[in-house]
This record gives sequence, structure tokens and C-alpha cells, in this order.
Amino acid sequence: MLKVENLTKMFGGLAAVHDVSVEFEARGINAIIGPNGAGKSTFFNLISGVHKPTSGRILIDGQDVSRMRCDQVARLGVGRTFQTTHLFEQATVLDNLIVGHRLRTRSGLWDVLVNSRRLQREERECRDKARAALDFVGLAHLENRVVLDISQEERKRVAFALALATEPKLVLLDEPAAGVNPEETEGLARLIRKMAEHGLTVCLIEHKMDMIMGLADKIMVLNYGEKIAEGTPAEIKADPTVIEAYLGSDHDAAA
Amino acid sequence: MHRLASLLSGRGSRLFLLACALVFPLLAKSEYQVYVMASAFIWAIAVYGLNIITGYCGQLNLAHGGFFAIGAYALAILTADHGWNFWPAFVAAALVAAAVGALVGLVSLRLKEHFFAIFTLCVGFIIYLLIDKWEELTHGAVGIRGIAAPDGLGLVDFSQTVPFYYLALAFLVLAIWFAGRLAASLLGRTFMAIRNGDALAQSLGIDLMRNKLLAFVLSTTYAGVAGALYASMIRFVGPEEANPNHTFDMITYLLVGGFGTLFGPLAGTVGIVWITQSLQFLEDYRMIIFGPLIVVLVIFMPRGVVGTFLGWKLRKDTEAARAKGPRAGAKVAPAKEANTNA
Ligand SMILES: Nc1ncnc2c1ncn2[C@@H]1O[C@H](COP(=O)(O)OP(=O)(O)OP(=O)(O)O)[C@@H](O)[C@H]1O
Ligand SMILES: [Mg+2]
Repeated sequence: MLKVENLTKMFGGLAAVHDVSVEFEARGINAIIGPNGAGKSTFFNLISGVHKPTSGRILIDGQDVSRMRCDQVARLGVGRTFQTTHLFEQATVLDNLIVGHRLRTRSGLWDVLVNSRRLQREERECRDKARAALDFVGLAHLENRVVLDISQEERKRVAFALALATEPKLVLLDEPAAGVNPEETEGLARLIRKMAEHGLTVCLIEHKMDMIMGLADKIMVLNYGEKIAEGTPAEIKADPTVIEAYLGSDHDAAA
Repeated sequence: MHRLASLLSGRGSRLFLLACALVFPLLAKSEYQVYVMASAFIWAIAVYGLNIITGYCGQLNLAHGGFFAIGAYALAILTADHGWNFWPAFVAAALVAAAVGALVGLVSLRLKEHFFAIFTLCVGFIIYLLIDKWEELTHGAVGIRGIAAPDGLGLVDFSQTVPFYYLALAFLVLAIWFAGRLAASLLGRTFMAIRNGDALAQSLGIDLMRNKLLAFVLSTTYAGVAGALYASMIRFVGPEEANPNHTFDMITYLLVGGFGTLFGPLAGTVGIVWITQSLQFLEDYRMIIFGPLIVVLVIFMPRGVVGTFLGWKLRKDTEAARAKGPRAGAKVAPAKEANTNA
């Protein structure tokens, strides 16, 4: 589904991602872990087209996306959330979500001028899609609430719903459980599993090890931009290089 | 209070506003007041344009006054120097503003945030300098006289203040109508997603350049139409029309009324034009009152008069819906549009 070949990204002299090759299967949950600054977010930014790779290729279902713009990649079916959620706080939850399906619509200026049938239909579709996505993440009851008034965990779910409204086949989640309590983390883990069960390929970055270990089918470990290990949770737990990287960087992963 | 708020943002209040505007010339104390109101309407049209690129799409365009001047000069040159009829010249003026907007947008919209603002500030100055120095085309500091008044096709004489007032009102209504339709549409939502953040918008598959360019061209077209109307009202244009100060005036109108709201441009422009008029006797000292007034407004109402009102109303609506129990939530459907569409 997602195949990365010798991917490298240099920022000036710094190799944020260095010669990473990896393959992720469809419908699986894949985790990317590593200490702070390891290049995890950069890896996501490369896949989603925010950054152009310095070298290497990214293939999604066999199609090379490494030279594509962000919005083109999104249209191909890559949805994502960011490390920090930025929703429009002064608007309602539903209003935030409606634009999520915009990429599957075609109405332009002319449709607005004459209020065309197509525009009306597409607006209905966007609204339905937004409601469906909100329902999927379990927040149907919040559709008319102002984002300012909902909790951190609810915002995370809204951000998921926004990504889902784009009808992705691959979703990239950057630290979805950061800043939420353990109980809510479990809820989010269940939601992520539900996404995979509905046929999505999930890639997530996370620091919370117990969540990852229980959730992921496959884990890739990055350190200083390089892939130092890859495998099932059990394999990763037992891998001496991983243990060393984590202990060496004084990280809480040992927990 | 809440009921009053609903009344204020409903359809009825729009019709009431329109009725007020229609009878205004009959109630005005002097022709001069009608004239001031007509010019306020024209500036409001330009501010509606600024609201599209800056209010909805989030790109602070500091060349807006320049495009107003381009519209004014295009009409002036075509009617006074080339003897065009008013309406073809008027359409051409809008098209010129749109075309120059497309060119400027293609270059400037590659820049982000304050870089875009600074670049457009420079564009505004360049437009001013061109108009001031390019004497063969613009007659430089002398300006252009003999601009055609709007052609009433033998039915009305738009060189008279009151008929012109109604013409300006008609264009204003058209401008608001389109802005309202835009803001409520998927296209408006696309612009607002960009305002909310380039990165997130792009991750939703929104082509930034294409949408920003469209918003920019729409805004310069509004400015061009307003400028052409202005030239045909004053019947004279000079380089002063392109003074970058006009841009800052318009930003102030929008700031006070409320960025990204449908009635903010109108409230801000008409409000400030009249406050300025009533402080006229203070001459330049009026800034002593005016400056602090705006500072206070921006501190206490960062989203402008209309924006603050709508934010407050949205909160009340959702609270009311929650008080009625979860199922009633669905009934508030029209209210959620209030934030962008009232
Ligand atoms: N746009 C950029 N320009 C320059 N350097 C960057 C840029 N983005 C990231 N970096 C650098 O690349 C390295 C990897 O950053 P990245 O954000 O990918 O780390 P991360 O693994 O996501 O870390 P964290 O766990 O803290 O989120 C860091 O040293 C960072 O400073
Ligand atoms: Mg990161």
C-alpha cells in the first residue's frame, strides 16, 4: 500500500530523514516511534507532500507521489492529523468539518453565482459526509457545539473526523494521544482500531508505548533520521538497538 | 436580549436596513448628506472586496486602495480621453482591475503571511507612483476631468445626487448579495479553511494557489467596480485616489465592523464615515478622539462589532439548544451558519 524507498530529507546540513526504506501493508496499523527530533513528523510531511524529498521515492499503491503537491496527495487518498490540532475555534464542530469533503467536489465560482444544482447537491454531500465522519468518531451529539467549548480529547476526535471526511485510504496520525488522559487514550486507541477495521491503512506516531504495543501490527523505529528497527511489537520490545537508543536518549519509553 | 439578537440577524432586519436605505434621501437634511452616504456605499463595496481576500481568505492585502484607483482611472481614461460610453467603460474598468489583480496575485500569493502583506504594501506604492508619474496615460498630478456620469439611458440623470445614490445602493446590494452567497457556499468555506491555516487546508486537498488567486481577483474586481463608481460620482480623479492611506482606512472599517462577517464591512464603513463626518469640525484633531476610540474597540471587540455580536449569539444559540436537551440540538441548524453568514 505504502512503499518508501531510500527516502532522505536534508534541512541544510541536517538529515532529518536519512535513507529510510519501509513498506506498510493495507488495512494495518503501523506505528512510527523514536525519540524527540528523530524525524517522525518529517517522515509524515514527506509522505503527505508538505516537504519534497531530497532523494528517494514514495509509492502509494504503486503510484509515485514524491514530487506531488500536498493537495494532490490528499486527493489521492492520504488524510492526516497534525501534532497540534488547529481547528477554527469560533465555529461549530460541524462547520469545521464540512470543508473536509471539498476535495471530492467540483463547484466553482460560476456555481456560486447561479446557485447551481451541482453546488446544492455537493453542499448536501459535504454536510452528510461531515455528519457521517462525526458519527464515526462518536461525537454526533456535538455537531452544533462551538469548538472553543469542547475538550482536548474531543478536539482530537474532530481532527480525526476532518481527515476521514476527505475519504482517505491512508491516514497519518501525528501523536493522536498527546495531552489526553489514560482513559481517553484507550478510547482513542479503540477508535484507531475501528478505522483499520473499516479498511483504512493507519500510520501513527506516538510516544505512549503501552498504547502502541497493544495497537500496532508493525512498528518502525527512527533515531536521528535513520530506521534502526522494524517489526512486530514483540520483536521491537526485544531489540537491543531499540533499547539502547531509548535508554541512551533518556526517554520514558522504558515504561 | 437573545430574542432581540435573533431578530437583528434575521431576514427581517435585512429588509428593514434596505428600507432605511431606500427612504434615506427623503429624510436627509441636505443633499450633502445623501452625497456622503452614497460615497460611504461606494467605499463599502470596496471593503466587501477586501473582506473576501482578507476577511474570508485570511491574506492581508495592503494594495487594495491601489486597485480602487485602477478602477477609477480606467473609467476616467476610457470615458474622458477616449470618449467611451459609460457602461462599456465601467465593465472594462472592472476587467482591468481583475486582470491586474490576477498578475499581482500570481506573484504575491507565493509569499506567506506578513511577507505577502509587505509585498502588497509595495505594490500599493508602485500603483500610486505609476499614476502620479505616468503623465501620458494618467495626466499626472493634474488629474482627469470630464469623466462620464453613469448613463441613465435617457430615463434617469445619474449626474444628480439622489439618482446616483440609488445606483450606488443597487451596486452595494449586489455586492452584499454575492458576498453572502459566496460565504455560505463551499467556495467560501474553502477560503475560510485557508484563513484557518495553509497546512491544514492543503492536507484537506485544497489547492492553495488556485483558491487564493480566485479570492484575490474577486477582491480586486470589487475594488475596481467601487473605484469606477467613485470616479463617476466625483467626475474627477487625481493621484490622491491611489494614496495608500485609503487602504488603511478600509482596513480600519473592516476591523471595526468585523473581518469575515457579512455585515461587518457595511457597519464599519457607514459607521466610521459618519463618525468622521460629525467630527469634521475638529479638523485634523479628530484623530485625538478617533484613534483611542479604535484602540478601545480593537481591544474589547477584537472580532469587530458584527463579529463580536455573532460570536455571542452563536454561544447563546448552542446554550439554548443544550438546555432543551440533546435532540433539540438538530433544530439549531440555521444558527450554525450565523458565524459566517449573518
Ligand atoms: N522545516 C524544517 N526546517 C528545518 N529543520 C527541520 C524542519 N522540520 C524539522 N526539522 C528538524 O528535523 C529534525 C526532525 O524533526 P521532526 O519534527 O521530524 O522530529 P519528530 O521525530 O517529529 O520529533 P517530536 O517527537 O519532537 O515531534 C529536528 O532536528 C528538527 O529540528
Ligand atoms: Mg513530531
